[in-house]
Order: sequence, then structure tokens, then C-alpha cells
Amino acid sequence: MEAIRTDKLTKSYGQSRGIIDLELSVEQGEFFGFIGPNGAGKSTTIRTLLGLISPSSGGASVFGMDIVQEKENILRRVGYLPSEAFFYPKMRVWDVLKFSADLRKTDCSAEAKSLCERLQLDPDKKIDELSFGNRKKAAIVCALQSKPDLLILDEPTGGLDPLMQRAFFEILQERNREGATIFFSSHILSEVQRNCTRAAVIRQGRIIACDRIEAFANAGAKRVTVHGSVDLSRLQGIKARTEGDGAVSFLYSGEMQTLLQCLSAGQVSDLTVAEPDLEEVFLHFYEEEAAQ
Amino acid sequence: MTILKHELRQGRTAFWIWTGVIGVMLSVCVFLYTEVRGEMDAVTDLFSSFGSFTAAFGMDRLNFGTLEGFYAIECGSMLGLGGAFYAAISAVSMLSKEEVNKTADFLLTHPISRRRILLEKLLAIFVQITLLNVIVFSASVLSILAIGESVPWKELFLLHLAYYLLQLEIAGICYGISSFIKRGSIGIGLGIAVLFYFTNLISNLTASAKFLKYFTPFSYCDGADIIADLKLDGGLIAIGAVACLAGIAAAWLRYGRKDIT
Repeated sequence: MEAIRTDKLTKSYGQSRGIIDLELSVEQGEFFGFIGPNGAGKSTTIRTLLGLISPSSGGASVFGMDIVQEKENILRRVGYLPSEAFFYPKMRVWDVLKFSADLRKTDCSAEAKSLCERLQLDPDKKIDELSFGNRKKAAIVCALQSKPDLLILDEPTGGLDPLMQRAFFEILQERNREGATIFFSSHILSEVQRNCTRAAVIRQGRIIACDRIEAFANAGAKRVTVHGSVDLSRLQGIKARTEGDGAVSFLYSGEMQTLLQCLSAGQVSDLTVAEPDLEEVFLHFYEEEAAQ
Repeated sequence: MTILKHELRQGRTAFWIWTGVIGVMLSVCVFLYTEVRGEMDAVTDLFSSFGSFTAAFGMDRLNFGTLEGFYAIECGSMLGLGGAFYAAISAVSMLSKEEVNKTADFLLTHPISRRRILLEKLLAIFVQITLLNVIVFSASVLSILAIGESVPWKELFLLHLAYYLLQLEIAGICYGISSFIKRGSIGIGLGIAVLFYFTNLISNLTASAKFLKYFTPFSYCDGADIIADLKLDGGLIAIGAVACLAGIAAAWLRYGRKDIT
């Protein structure tokens, strides 16, 4: 069964664009990345799935349940981590965690304690005294303590130091191995590349690509770095060209045979052909879309 | 009832401050009565010469020399305005504070329906207003007993009941408004309470403005009428009940489908 499915999901804010005809499918048990720059529509998609905003047209389901008709049943199985966490003032972390568990009518105290220990969060601290990063940790514990079937994480690592980020992703990987689906929005592509099995790219409210992470990396382009002197002026399919220290580096998406013929005509002292990282592919997608 | 308990806990400081201030002020007023009782005939004569302004405050029909008359004017104003401010502020911010403080994302992503949230938050307002009135009424009764006067039970009960109903009406209207706004809630709440208060004063000033009494809950809290008739105006209270229910219905309709952006 699909954990998330959207069918021409559209949300507009008056004249402003939100998301347009979004088609997305996330299978149960997937660790799914949702990539896009700020303002692309990631949060709008997430807020619509969670019922915080209503779709203008189209629809979506979570675990086969309609997001409008069966919101409560969906939320019973979902843990949500917002990009910025806000809690009620004057409460202690433990009170917030207890309040969240009470709203779910479950006792999560053992899991909450364990998560606080792993994330080095003092549950006796007052919310008002927490730093941005510690507030984020409290939000992580809130989202995870009920062991939900689906975790929806909106830019989750903001405010966490690298050690905490590692601990956080370890917990997510554990949950994913236990069967939880993870839907993870980010504009930090290395995070997505390291953790996700599949990803979708959203731009100006529309999904422009959705595939396995490896497929993204093999999207036709290679990162080529040449040391020496070569004439690349007649070579087609070059992008993102940079030069310096006697080397030229570029993304190449043409025929390999043509590249080799071009290089053999020049003086090459060193050559590297590598898979581009996701960031390069992502930029490549955006450049193509922008050109269109 | 998790949200009800949460709201009572969140609002307890404001509750005790308002209850304490209103209760203490009423008690001080009652204690002052013994001091000023002898001079009240002169005060009544003085006030009776202010023409329509005297009528605006109902002082033309009340005797300051009696505990009931003194209480209806002095304590009534404090209970009326204090209670109206508390009801307005707590109700108008009850829903909007979740968006102002950005806690709506936390609350609304838990498996609890918006209707349930509305109901429990409304109950929290009702419980707080009811408790405030019980405590304040008890403080008044104890103060009257403490100065050795006999308690005018019926007059006192009707006056306090009228102000309790006023607070519920204002709370209902402000609760409806709370579902539409995202900021500036306290200013709006105070503004509504003050507007109702002055609307009542204006309606008492001249006969041509008398129709305004249908637009303010303070009209059925007029101490002079309550003490003279020993009953509340059922017609005005019915209008108030409709306004209160309309506010709650507006919240019900609006909050259920509101986009939390």
C-alpha cells in the first residue's frame, strides 16, 4: 500500500501559487526525500497532507485514507516535525511531551525518556529556556515518541549540530528498518543522498522529477575534470563549466566517444570522470526547467 | 478533556489575577460602605442634580444610602467592567493565540478534531468565567457579613447573575471573532467590552438612543432596574443569548475549515 498518494493536488492562496497538480506516490517503508528550494511548495504539500490547509482541488490519501475525510485517523499514525518548532510558554519539556502523548491517548513515557537521552535533551528544562537546537530536539521527541507509521519531517536538521544530526539520522534509519515510512523535505541535498532511497524534486509548485537516488545521479551527466590543454569549443552537452589551476571541469551529458575524440586531440595530463553529486544534478534540473 | 485541562493550566495566572483584583476591589468597596454610609444622602442629592448623566449610570433610581443601591452602582461597575474585560480577553485570544504563538502546528497535527478543540476551549472559558463569578460572589457575601450587614440575597444574586450572563455573552461573541483573527486579539477584546459599556451609557442618556439597549449586554445589568423590579429582563437576555450562540456558531463554522498558514 502507498503511504502517501496525491492526485492532481493543488493549493492556491488567492492569486499566489502554492502547489499545482501535484502527483506523488510514496510506498510504505520508503525513506523518501522531497527536494526543492525555499518557496518551491514543500511546506505547502506537507501542510496539506496534515490537514492544516485544505486543498483547492485534487486530492490525496495517506495509508489509503482521504486527507480531508479521515484526518484524525491519519494523524493517529503520523508524527510531524515542523521546520521551526514552537511550544506553549512556561511548560517544561516533559509537560509538552506528556501533553502530546495525552492528545494521542497513549503512554509514551519510556520512549520519550530514551529519545531524550539519545538526543541529550534535559526534559526538566523549561521551554522558554531552550535554545533553537534544543527546541528542535524537543520537537523530534514529540514526533517520534509515539512510534508513528509515517514520519513527515519538514527540513528537520536546522539548528542541530553535526553530532546531533548523526544521532537523529541513526534514529530515523532504525525506525525505517522497523517499517516506518519517512517523508523528508530538505534543501540540503547531501542529507537526502545519504539517507533516502527515492526523491522527488519540486519547483514552483510542480514536481519536475521523481526517481530513485541512484537514477538521479545517473541522469546522463558526468562530472569531467581535465588537466592540460584541450579545445572544448565544439563539444556539445557541456554545462556548469569552471576553470582554474590548469584544469577545466564541467558536467557532460553527450556521447562518451565524442568526448574522448575531443580530448585525444588536445594535451591531457590528467583526467577524472565521476558521477556528479545530487547537488549538481539538482542544479542541472533547475537550470533545464528555468530554460524551458 | 486534555485540552480543557491544558487551557485551565495555561490560563491560571491570568485567572487568579483577574479574580483577585475583582474580588478584592468588591470587598474594599463593601468595607468602604460602612465609612461612607452616613454621607450618602448628600451624595445621592448631589448626583441627582447631574440630569441625564445621573440617569446614564442609573443613579436617579438608586439610593446610595442603602447597601443594595451602593453595591449596584459602585460594585456593579467594577464587576461589570472587570468581568467583561476578562471574558473578552480570554475568549478573543482562545483560538487566535495558537496562530499568534505559532503553536497551531503542534496542536492541530495531533489526532484530535478541530470541533473537539473548539468544544474543549469553549468549555475552558465557561469554567473560568463560572469559577471567577462563584469566587467573586462568595467574596462579596463574606465582606457584607464581615461588616455586620444582612445580605440582600435576592438583589445580590440577580446582580451577579446578570453580570455572569453578560460575561458569557461577550465571551461567545469574542470566541467567534477569535476564529477569524490572527493577531491583535487583546485590543479587539478590550475594544468590544468598552464599546458595549459606552453603548449602554449612551442608550441611558436620551430617549432617542434608547434602541441601543438591544445592542449591549450591559442593558440587562442595569442595577437600578434589577433592584427595583427584583427580576432580570428576559427579552434582553434572550437577545444576548442569540448573540452569544451566533458567536459560537461562527467559530464552529470558521475554525473547522480555516487554513493554518
